[in-house]
Amino acid sequence: MSATITGERADAASIRRRAGAPVGRTASMRTRERRRTVSLGIIAWVIGLIFFGPIVWMLLTSLHSETTAATNPPNLFAPLTLSSYANFFGASSGASPWPPLINSVSMSLGSTAIVLILSIPAAYALAIRPVRKWSDVMFFFLTTKMLPMVAGLLPVYLIAKQLGLLDTVGLMVIIYTSMNLPIAVWMMRSFFAEIPLEVIEAAQVDGAGLLLTFRRIIIPLASPGIIATALICFIFSWNELLFASVLTSTTSYTAPVFLTSFVTSEGLFLSKVCAASIAISLPVLAAGFAAQDKLVQGLSLGAIK
Amino acid sequence: MSTAVTLNASHQTLSRASAWARRAPLLPALIFMIIVTQLPFVATLVISFVRWNALYPNDIGFGWFANYAAVFTDQAMLKSVITTVILTVAVVLVSLILGLVIAILLDRKFFGRGFVRTIMIAPFLIVPVAAALVWKHAILNPSYGLLNGTLTWIWGLFGHAASAPQPDWVSSQPLGAIIAALVWQWTPFMMLILLAGLQGRPLDVIEAARIDGADEWQIFRHMTLPHLRQYLELAALLGCIYLVQNFDAVFTITSGGLGTANLPYTIYQTFFEAHDYGQASAAGVVVVIGSMIIATFVLRTVSSLLKEEKR
Repeated sequence: MSATITGERADAASIRRRAGAPVGRTASMRTRERRRTVSLGIIAWVIGLIFFGPIVWMLLTSLHSETTAATNPPNLFAPLTLSSYANFFGASSGASPWPPLINSVSMSLGSTAIVLILSIPAAYALAIRPVRKWSDVMFFFLTTKMLPMVAGLLPVYLIAKQLGLLDTVGLMVIIYTSMNLPIAVWMMRSFFAEIPLEVIEAAQVDGAGLLLTFRRIIIPLASPGIIATALICFIFSWNELLFASVLTSTTSYTAPVFLTSFVTSEGLFLSKVCAASIAISLPVLAAGFAAQDKLVQGLSLGAIK
Repeated sequence: MSTAVTLNASHQTLSRASAWARRAPLLPALIFMIIVTQLPFVATLVISFVRWNALYPNDIGFGWFANYAAVFTDQAMLKSVITTVILTVAVVLVSLILGLVIAILLDRKFFGRGFVRTIMIAPFLIVPVAAALVWKHAILNPSYGLLNGTLTWIWGLFGHAASAPQPDWVSSQPLGAIIAALVWQWTPFMMLILLAGLQGRPLDVIEAARIDGADEWQIFRHMTLPHLRQYLELAALLGCIYLVQNFDAVFTITSGGLGTANLPYTIYQTFFEAHDYGQASAAGVVVVIGSMIIATFVLRTVSSLLKEEKR
């Protein structure tokens, strides 16, 4: 189930070889099959490019000047310029994007760090030396993720107001930690469960204590999974809008909240809207591409490997 | 597998102290989650029975089911329930079908498969607000959006650029515009889960069937589809859970106008603009109950997947 794409395809090829294929297949059948593979490949390319189209368009528009971006029909061959990015980051019109970007970075990194600190021991307790009824605990984590966040918004707002935590980075770190912790526990458990128990036992027979086993065996073996978990937590915190737009205002507002200031902007700023969208999406795109292989595990709450 | 075995074997020998040693690493995460997620929900439940509008601070009191009655008789609230259902079902169905087709295409070997897979994932990785902004301003805008620009260009090829149709997409099809943007974002999600499912197929059995003369459709219909069933269910249910909660696209593309306000947006409005805390909480509880119904199906699907893993 957890084999990689290349691994499984290699299996298929070896099975085919062992089966002595092509059994009862003529040359013309093979040509037809090859032609079909090529045409299906072309269809896949076309669909992929269609889905990528809006992103290419976004990039192109962001690289045009405001006057060449807002033309009808589109002018693909207008000279490219970085002026919209300079305009966005230099904030020659409108507010500076730096405070919200710094807020988003600190909230995302802060909550990701706390999530890792809490979820690594929890995953150990759930996968390697499991507590009793571990699957009930797993399902408790899962259910917290399934309840709509909007239903908890008001009490969180009122409590934060009472405690004087409204519009602080710290509050958002706590919110994002609670948002990502269940996902992280699920993902991390499945990565820890893949470590062969014999390796851990061997280390302990050799006299390694728990911390040493963790440092030398568990963390190194699970590190690809830990990194992927961290990247996914980072993505989810970075993307969040609803809580940030209610709980933050003047000092700790985030990059997505900053983006909403473009919601009603008219065509005059089309290029800047696209530049802002690209700039703010870039960290997520980078994290997502880096975690590609494990992405599905995080997105499906660790239910699928 | 091995964890389950050790679990059973070592149960009886566990002393109380070592049981706590086992539990200790789990407790910080568990306690944190209980405090941060369960307490607010209990508070929401309590507030939902309280008559509480922040604009009338002198009129706060226990209101029995008045808020729930208001939720179920409020036309705007009822309409947003219908909108939520239409939006969620439409996006999940369309992106699931598209995702299935694309997953099947990407499961085959072809030139540049890794690259196509990577660019297919990209829409899911754009910040949701940014994606919605780009759809609203750069693609669907009536005077300079890509869609109408392309129409002008095509009509221009035949020398009739001036008479090209230039519909105002967001105004004429507000829900359609939101659905299109969300389908674009969520198809990669469905595709990823289904691709994972396809790659977990027992290829030797399929190869055997092929050698026995089964054609591609028969293999798909009788082997791939039954195998994918759990993954299809999981993708659909997770899609429902995430999309019922969608706020970003509705907020960005129409700001809830033109009959597109879904439940999260309406709750946000009731709370933030009408300041009716009691009614917003009652609506929140209704959403929770709806989600719990979907969630029980998710849990069943997930636990059957976990059983499969353990076998």
